[in-house]
Amino acid sequence: MRDSFYIPSGCAISGIMSEEGRLFGSDMIMSSIAIMHFRANGLGGGFAAYGIYPELKDYHALHMMYDSPQGKADAEELLKRYFVVRTDERIPTRPVPVVKNRPVLWRYFVSVREELKELYYDLTEEDIVVKAVMDVNKSVHDAFVASSGKNMGVFKGVGYPEDIGEFFKLDSYQAYMWTAHGRFPTNTSGWWGGAHPFGLLDWSIVHNGEISSYGINRRYLANFGYECLLHTDTEVITYLVDLLMRKHELPVDLAAKVLAAPLWKEIDRLPLAEQQKLEALRMVYGGALLNGPFSIVVGSSRMMIGLNDRIKLRPMVAARDHDMVFMASEEAAIKVVCPNPSSIWAVKAGEPVVAVLKDHAA
Amino acid sequence: MSISHLLDDYQMVRDEERCIKCQVCARQCANNVHWYDEESDKMNSDGGSCVACQRCVTLCPTDALSVRRRPTSFRTNANWTAEVQTAIVKQAETGGVLLSGMGTDQPHPIYWDKILLNASQVTNPSIDPLREPMELRTYLGRKPDRLEIDFSAYTPTVTTRIDAQLKLEVPILFSAMSYGSISYNACLSLARASRDSGTFYNTGEGGLHKDFYEYGPNTIVQVASGRFGVTPEYLRQAAAIEIKIGQGAKPGIGGHLPGEKVNRAISETRMIPEGSDAISPAPHHDIYSIEDLRQLIYALKEATAYTKPVGVKISAVHNVAAIASGSVRAGADIVAIDGIRGGTGAAPTVIRDNVGIPIELALAAVDSRLREEGIRNQASIVVAGGIRNSADITKAIALGADAVYIGTSALIAMGCHVCQKCYTGRCNWGIATQDPDLVRRLNPEIGTRRLKNLLRAWSLEIKEMMGAMGVNAIESLRGNRAHLRGVGLSDTELNILGILPAGS
Repeated sequence: MRDSFYIPSGCAISGIMSEEGRLFGSDMIMSSIAIMHFRANGLGGGFAAYGIYPELKDYHALHMMYDSPQGKADAEELLKRYFVVRTDERIPTRPVPVVKNRPVLWRYFVSVREELKELYYDLTEEDIVVKAVMDVNKSVHDAFVASSGKNMGVFKGVGYPEDIGEFFKLDSYQAYMWTAHGRFPTNTSGWWGGAHPFGLLDWSIVHNGEISSYGINRRYLANFGYECLLHTDTEVITYLVDLLMRKHELPVDLAAKVLAAPLWKEIDRLPLAEQQKLEALRMVYGGALLNGPFSIVVGSSRMMIGLNDRIKLRPMVAARDHDMVFMASEEAAIKVVCPNPSSIWAVKAGEPVVAVLKDHAA
Repeated sequence: MSISHLLDDYQMVRDEERCIKCQVCARQCANNVHWYDEESDKMNSDGGSCVACQRCVTLCPTDALSVRRRPTSFRTNANWTAEVQTAIVKQAETGGVLLSGMGTDQPHPIYWDKILLNASQVTNPSIDPLREPMELRTYLGRKPDRLEIDFSAYTPTVTTRIDAQLKLEVPILFSAMSYGSISYNACLSLARASRDSGTFYNTGEGGLHKDFYEYGPNTIVQVASGRFGVTPEYLRQAAAIEIKIGQGAKPGIGGHLPGEKVNRAISETRMIPEGSDAISPAPHHDIYSIEDLRQLIYALKEATAYTKPVGVKISAVHNVAAIASGSVRAGADIVAIDGIRGGTGAAPTVIRDNVGIPIELALAAVDSRLREEGIRNQASIVVAGGIRNSADITKAIALGADAVYIGTSALIAMGCHVCQKCYTGRCNWGIATQDPDLVRRLNPEIGTRRLKNLLRAWSLEIKEMMGAMGVNAIESLRGNRAHLRGVGLSDTELNILGILPAGS
């Protein structure tokens, strides 16, 4: 009965991290995302897990999706030009009846070719990985890079997240950070690459919302060599985070003030020095402002960031308990795995919640 | 002299029953259309000198007057229309170049009307500007690619120095209209409305009357080919400087203020002898190439110690994207582009109606080109040329403009009825005239209020449109062509505009 009265309310997101870097299994994130089942519609679900490849943590882990054997062959050909492959294998899965039409799923542990580093002496290793990822996604038909970070991976597909988690045997992994997404797509049809999290290097983004500034965000990114090929706003958010935090080295609080800029009437009330700083940010990074409703959880190897849009048009709740930090679309998704957190609060518009991996950890 | 073959364009229709012979019409008409005949105790009119400015119609206390186009007496002909024949007759009788005031009256395509805006439904909420903040604040000027942060202090500080900017509370500025082409009271109204509304007006090439120095923080001063009134003090007063290369109504053509308009005050402001013609040459005689432009830009920056933005105004011509790109690389902080529908105080009609391209296409081409070259952030784009309402502005910003200039719209707000006779100096509304009796008709208090009202009304409408699209800051609208769709446009036009057709 409940189904027929249900009003769709968008996507579900959840993130759980141990700031001490303690590894834990997938059961918490699975319960957390599963309780928000009705925020998704079965057209996309996925997870990002950090700390899952400790033995191979110095290699970039490329999680690939192939729609045809030819796509696999072509992509491997291209990847070999950029990388030396340490090892590769089929991503372990188990058949789940409701998960249909899966692509070929393969993972590679790679390092950037030395001669390339010499050729592109002015680029960082990460820049070259980004180049390779863009190259595959753009020029190889039937191939898609789901994630490309170190000691992490993105597991996603078309289905409800709990089915996707089952399919990918997430119960066999241990991570210090998990994020998850249940998708209710409105902009693009459900396809495996379009599910969340969206990954680039060790960034992963799960996102609930729609970005009305997409058109200009995309053109702004083109200025810096990012080509948006997937027509999803999550892709744009990922590249913006990469640009601001990795390439322009903005600290997380300033990056948040770009993505969800404070209102002028708030800025005008601040002390002069603070005013000038925020004015400069808005002047220079206006094209990076994410306008429209969103709540996102950004994962990276060192931190997990929760952020709401500047006037909070999407829900988000955060909680802390000992070394654990939780962020989710709904309070229920936290309480189901941590019934009595030491603190729990509604995330404020434009104010990032940051969980940081302790220096001695990992 | 032989009989003129010209026919009258307009005729006055007077309702004799309503007319009370108060003679307001006779006193108000600077073209002497109306007069009172004592002998017959009747008001008379001569439609032949009527320009259809509607002054008498508006002020007639009994609504006794109306202006009508004279019923056509020409034999119907699609090729040899009344306008074509009239132009030939005028030139046959005078041997001169035909002049016009205001922007072109020819039906060039108006692309704004073939572009439609988006709105949010369900998946992203629209935002109600009456309840939520809706931000229009805009900064014009050169922006760096990125900010450098110094982490050594307790709170990180920005170390990048940002070049001088103009801060606008509404993305609308008043176009260049010189003191001389328009009256003291019109200039004063524009200056005050700019100050009160948090925007800027532009002096045009007429210099800056000393009385207006107090509005300096809201003044953009122009440096044009005639260099009228350009002094260190003039530059010092301004918030920004604009080098005028071209004007949409007359690309490639200079300017001419007839000596009759050069009274004492204008002579002092322009620094030319009283009664002498003020002629601006077609090119700047020190700019024959892009590197010359660079020299002038930097000469002005040096003269003002890099404290104010220096912009370049060009008219929209075929190669506008390359010219704009060159100007940015030459150091322009703001590029103003004026389209073929742009206004003027006086221009040869044939130039006004035939030279240049529509601003919509020019804007799209320039914005795309600057982005392709990765230099879009190095200059702001301000567009002009027939901006009629808030929808035009919203579409212009979504196509890629930072702000718009309005000229004709501002004049209409002050009373102009677009009679296109600005060059005669007989403006019945006290705008395009220097006749003290006529100038007095424009009360600067009222002019200011009407201009402020217009800016306010348009701001509210822009906020409504932004809210409907689901964005609450203008930087999210700027260049966001995903919110535009074309109707009735060819594939080529859609490509140039960089927008999709409606339905896709």
